[in-house]
Amino acid sequence: MQHVSPVREPLVTGGKTYHDVTQDVCRQVEAAPNVRWMAALSVALFFLGIFLYSVYRTLWYGIGEWGLNKTVGWAWDITNFVWWVGIGHAGTLISAVLLLFRQKWRSSINRAAEAMTIFAVICAAMFPVLHMGRPWLAYWVFPLQNTFGSLWVNFNSPLLWDVFAISTYFTVSLVFWYTGLVPDFATIRDRAKGPIAKVAYSLLSMGWTGSAKHWSRYETVSLILAGVSTPLVLSVHTIVSMDFATSVVPGWHTTIFPPYFVAGAIFSGFAMVLTLMLITRVVFKLEDYITMEHIALMNKIMMITGSIVGVAYITEFFIAWYSQVEFEQYAFINRATGPYWWAYASMMTCNVITPQLVWIRKVRYSIPLTFILSIIVNIGMWFERFVIIVTSLHRDYLPSSWVMFSPSIIDIGIYVGTLGLFFTLFLLFAKFFPVINMAEVKTVLKYTVDNGPTYTGHDPHHDLIHKPTTHGVPANAPVNYDKHD
Amino acid sequence: MTKRFALGIFDDEDVLLHAIENVRAAGVKIYEVFTPFPIHGIDDALGIERSRLPIAAFFYGMCGLAFALWMQIYMLGFDWPMIIGGKPHIALPAFIPVSFELTVFFTCHGMVITFYTISKLYPRWRTPVLDVRSTDDKFVMAIEINESTDLNNLSKLLRENGASEVNEKEMTKN
Repeated sequence: MQHVSPVREPLVTGGKTYHDVTQDVCRQVEAAPNVRWMAALSVALFFLGIFLYSVYRTLWYGIGEWGLNKTVGWAWDITNFVWWVGIGHAGTLISAVLLLFRQKWRSSINRAAEAMTIFAVICAAMFPVLHMGRPWLAYWVFPLQNTFGSLWVNFNSPLLWDVFAISTYFTVSLVFWYTGLVPDFATIRDRAKGPIAKVAYSLLSMGWTGSAKHWSRYETVSLILAGVSTPLVLSVHTIVSMDFATSVVPGWHTTIFPPYFVAGAIFSGFAMVLTLMLITRVVFKLEDYITMEHIALMNKIMMITGSIVGVAYITEFFIAWYSQVEFEQYAFINRATGPYWWAYASMMTCNVITPQLVWIRKVRYSIPLTFILSIIVNIGMWFERFVIIVTSLHRDYLPSSWVMFSPSIIDIGIYVGTLGLFFTLFLLFAKFFPVINMAEVKTVLKYTVDNGPTYTGHDPHHDLIHKPTTHGVPANAPVNYDKHD
Repeated sequence: MTKRFALGIFDDEDVLLHAIENVRAAGVKIYEVFTPFPIHGIDDALGIERSRLPIAAFFYGMCGLAFALWMQIYMLGFDWPMIIGGKPHIALPAFIPVSFELTVFFTCHGMVITFYTISKLYPRWRTPVLDVRSTDDKFVMAIEINESTDLNNLSKLLRENGASEVNEKEMTKN
C-alpha cells in the first residue's frame, strides 16, 4: 500500500489479478510446444550442429584450424569471449543493481535477463577452453599441487584472475537465478496435471510451500545476493579488461579500460535483453507484463551506457595524443585510418551514433526501431572488441612482423555455433521454465491501483474488516515460530 | 504424526495482515501462513524474528577472504617462490582480484547452502501442501486443531476477519 505517483505508468497493464499472472506465465509451460517454438528450436539446433562440427575440427586437428598467426595470436576467440561475457552483464545488472535501487519495473524482466546471463557466460567460457587446445586439461587453471604436472598457478596473471572471476560469476548467477525460480516452480508443481510434470517440478521446487518464515529468509537471501552480485558484476568485466590493460601493447595499456569495458558490457547486454524480450513478449503474449514502458526504460539505459562508451573512445584518442608516445599515437591512427578502418567505422556508427536516436521519443517507443537498434548495437559491440584486439596486435613494434588477420571458416563456425548454443538453451528455458518471475510480479501488481487499469482481485469481505484498535500484537499472544519446520 | 488443521483462506494480503493481528490478539495460535509471494509487514504481524543469515554471510565472506590470502601467500611466497616479472614473491596488490572473487564465492554459496539447510528445502518426489491455491492467488492461514478445539468459534473468528473460506485438512508430517 505504498503511495504511487499518478505520473508513473503502471508496471503491469491489463487489470490483471493474481490468478491471471499465474495463468499467463504458466500457459506456455503447460501447453504443448507450438509450431513457432519448434521451428525456432530447429534453427538453433542446426547452428548448434555447426558449433559441434567446428569444435570437433578444432580438437581433432588443433588450433591451426583457426585463422590465427604469429603476430595475431588472439583474435575471434577472445573477441567472442569478451562479447558474450559483456552480454551477460545486463542480466546481473537487472537482477542485482536494479534490486538494490528498488527499481520495481525489473520484476517482469529479471528472470529472462538472468537466464540470458547464464547462457551467455556458458557461450563465453567455450572460447578460452577451446583455445587451450587440450580442454581435457582445463583443470590445470586451478591451483593444484605440483605433482599434477605443473607448478602453482601464477596469481599475478590477469588470465588467472579471469578464471576466478568467471567461475565465481557463473556459479553465483546460477544460484541467484535458481533460488528465485524455486517459488515459481512450486506454483507450476501445484498446478501440474501429468505425473511426469508433477515429479519434475516437485524435485525442482525443493519442497517450497510459501510459508511466511521461508519468504522472510528468501527475501534476506535475495537482498544479500544482490549486494554481493553488484560489485561482482563490476569486477568481472574489470578483470576481463585487465587481460588487455596490464599488457604493454599500445592501444591496450590504458587505465580507462575497466570502466569503459563495464559500460560497454552493460550497453551490449541491454541490447541483447531488448532483442530477446521483444521476441518473447510477442511469442508468449506477455505484452501486459513487458510493457512499452519497459522497452523505453531499457532503451534509455542503452543510450546512457552507449554515450559513456562514446566518451571512452574519444578519451582514448585524446590520451594517445596527449601522452606523446609515438607507438600509442600510431596504434590509434592505424585503428581509424589503417587497413581495418571499416571495422572502426562500423564500431563508431553502431555504438556512438545509432543509440543517440533514442533521444527521440518515437524511436524509444517503437518496437521495430528498437529491435533494429538492438541488433545494430550488438553488431557494433562485437566490432568494438575486434577493433581493440586485432588492430592493436596486427601491427606491433616490429614492422617486419606486420600482418593482416582473416578468420577461417572454423572461426566463423564456432562463433555462429555459440549463437546456436545460446538460443537452444534460451528456447528450452522459455518453454519449460516460467519466463517471468510470478511471485515478484504479484508483489508489484497493486502498484497499478491509483492509475490506469486497476487491481480487480475483489474481496467481498472487505467491509467486514475492523482495523485493529491497537497497533502491534499484545505481548501475551502466543508465537510458535521456530518450533516446527 | 498426523495433524489436523483449520485453514482460513484469504483473497487479499491486506485483509490477511489484519486477520493475523486479530486472530493472534484473540489468543489463537497460528501454525503457519502460506502466501504466493512475500508480503511486506507479515514478519512483524506474525512475530517472525529478523533472520540472522546476514551474519552468517559476513562470516562466510571473511572465511573466503582469509582462505584466498592464505592460499596465494603460501603458494607463491613460501611453497614454491618464483620471480615473476621482477615483482616480489608476495605481491599483495596483484592478489586483490582473486581475494575479492573468493570472498564473494564463499559468501554467496555459504549463505545459500545455509538457507536451504535451515529451511529444510531439498528436492522431493512429492510435495504435500495444505492448499494448492496458496502458490497461486490465495493466502492460507493454518491453525492446528484437536478434539477440544471449538471449530464453530474458530470458523466464525476467521470469517469475521475476512476469510472467504474455512476448511479442515489433515496432514501427515514426518
